[in-house]
Amino acid sequence: MSGTHEVLGRPVARAPWRALRLGLRHGSERGWALAFLVPYAAVFVAFVLYPVANALWMGRSPTLYAELIDDPHYLRTVVNTALFTGVGVNLMMFAALLLSGLFMRRRWWIRATLVVFILPWALPAIPAFLSFHWMLIGEQGLLNSLLSELFAIEGPIWFNDRWLALGADIVAYVWKWLPFWTVILLAGRMAIPQELEDAAAVDGATGVRRFVHLTVPLLANLYLVCTLLATIWTVADFATVFYVSGGAPAQSTDVLAVIGVRYAFDIARPPLGVAAALSALPVLIPLVVVLMRRLQTRGVQL
Amino acid sequence: MRRAAGTVRRRWRRALVEAGSALLCAGLAIWSLLPVYNMLLIALDAEGDTEYAGIVWPAEPSLESFRALWAEDYWYLEHFWRQFANSLYIGVATMVLTVLIGSLAAFAVGRTRLRRGWLLTNTALLTYVVPASFLVIPFHRVIHSYGLTDNLLAVVAAEVAFAAPFAILVLQHYARLVPLELDEAARVDGASPAQVYWRIYLPLMAPALAAVGTYALLLAWGEYLYQWLLLSSPRNMTVAVAIEQFFDSDEAPWNYMMAAAIVYALPPIAVFYGLRRYMAAGLTAGAVKG
Repeated sequence: MSGTHEVLGRPVARAPWRALRLGLRHGSERGWALAFLVPYAAVFVAFVLYPVANALWMGRSPTLYAELIDDPHYLRTVVNTALFTGVGVNLMMFAALLLSGLFMRRRWWIRATLVVFILPWALPAIPAFLSFHWMLIGEQGLLNSLLSELFAIEGPIWFNDRWLALGADIVAYVWKWLPFWTVILLAGRMAIPQELEDAAAVDGATGVRRFVHLTVPLLANLYLVCTLLATIWTVADFATVFYVSGGAPAQSTDVLAVIGVRYAFDIARPPLGVAAALSALPVLIPLVVVLMRRLQTRGVQL
Repeated sequence: MRRAAGTVRRRWRRALVEAGSALLCAGLAIWSLLPVYNMLLIALDAEGDTEYAGIVWPAEPSLESFRALWAEDYWYLEHFWRQFANSLYIGVATMVLTVLIGSLAAFAVGRTRLRRGWLLTNTALLTYVVPASFLVIPFHRVIHSYGLTDNLLAVVAAEVAFAAPFAILVLQHYARLVPLELDEAARVDGASPAQVYWRIYLPLMAPALAAVGTYALLLAWGEYLYQWLLLSSPRNMTVAVAIEQFFDSDEAPWNYMMAAAIVYALPPIAVFYGLRRYMAAGLTAGAVKG
């Protein structure tokens, strides 16, 4: 109380002291801020920076990369990763965009479907992918049994063919992550101001036209950010291929994350495994840079 | 007359849209539930020692696999409940540490007059340049050099390191909804930054903290690769790793494996559906509205 009076009473004479006090206060604020950052900085240095430095050191030799390029198994893996990511992400995001439109509709049975639909997201990856593995394996998996019981079709042996097996991996991946992206895009669509929808309705824009001229432009930025994020995650996905096809037939469906672990722990060549992982960086770094600029300049906004 | 025809056509169109959505919903329900049904089908099979044999309906469902699981009555299941506790320990520790460390960092960057604070957020996000599955090999070596081999804490450290950047991002976005004037008013009243953090920031951020905590919990519970490579002894394994062990044997009882997988899937499903509203609100309020 008295401090306030002093400042109010003699503002000019007290000004230097006040400035000093404010400076001290800011100084201490900075001290606090830095102290608050210490725990995260410690985690970052010990468990991110140091391992990354270690990886760069392990993968520093150019001969490793020459060896990778000479390995047909590695080249097949790169093709698989590109297909798994390119097809998987675009299929998933486009389906999520369309389905978010379905879930915008206010019907009790559509809401009930949403509750069921997000179950794959809630399920941990391992049980989900194990189930896909058993559903598709051999001639007697659930899917082939259903095909023959219901439609008298003899299903293929999914994991005997590279493309069928990779397709199965993609479907399982989409199954697991489609609900997540649908909910994100749904939230984005719900944030579109109702006035815009009403104005469009007054102007006679319905159905497809409203979707193309109103929803798509407003959702474009969010859709792009989500696609970038999904791409980064999918390039590095390990569990899907490792569990669903297990690389079958004959490791022809391996992706980069899986081959890295195989090199490092199956044939005890950790540097080669690290090199395989690092070879994805020329693709990942630009993606992360674009993503960060998008996030920084606009936030993820409509 | 033409007007009436328009109404009829519109009614037809509406019915068509309705029928289409209903059909789509039915398809989505089957799509979502088929793999889950498959899990139950295998777990309820009494035999399980043969490869799965073309059954589409459990004629004689048996709870034998769940009994064996409960009693740890098979040698792959010997330490099941201990492993369950390990998974729980890793999940809860990751949740608490992520919320604590992430909120401290997000507060320092977003709510104090720290210059160039955004630099830290960007540095944190750089974690995702080298995705977790690509970093696991050097991480494995680093953990050896720290003397944390076969130690649950090593897994907790990995999960926190990968959950925290996302947590910081979400918390920072969400914090924009909390007016900065509140902090300033408290500071004028003489509160220290620590008090502002504890009494204003944390309570007002509760929905976002819950969302971020749930995210970290589910991430740590469901993660597999680090747990598999960092934990080796059966007593220190998590459920995720234990389930994978079944593949080491040629004639493992798959019904036991599926029963274990189902029990392992139940806690995250309960958390997820219990906190669904909370989670969606927390994650999207910050992330989508910007």
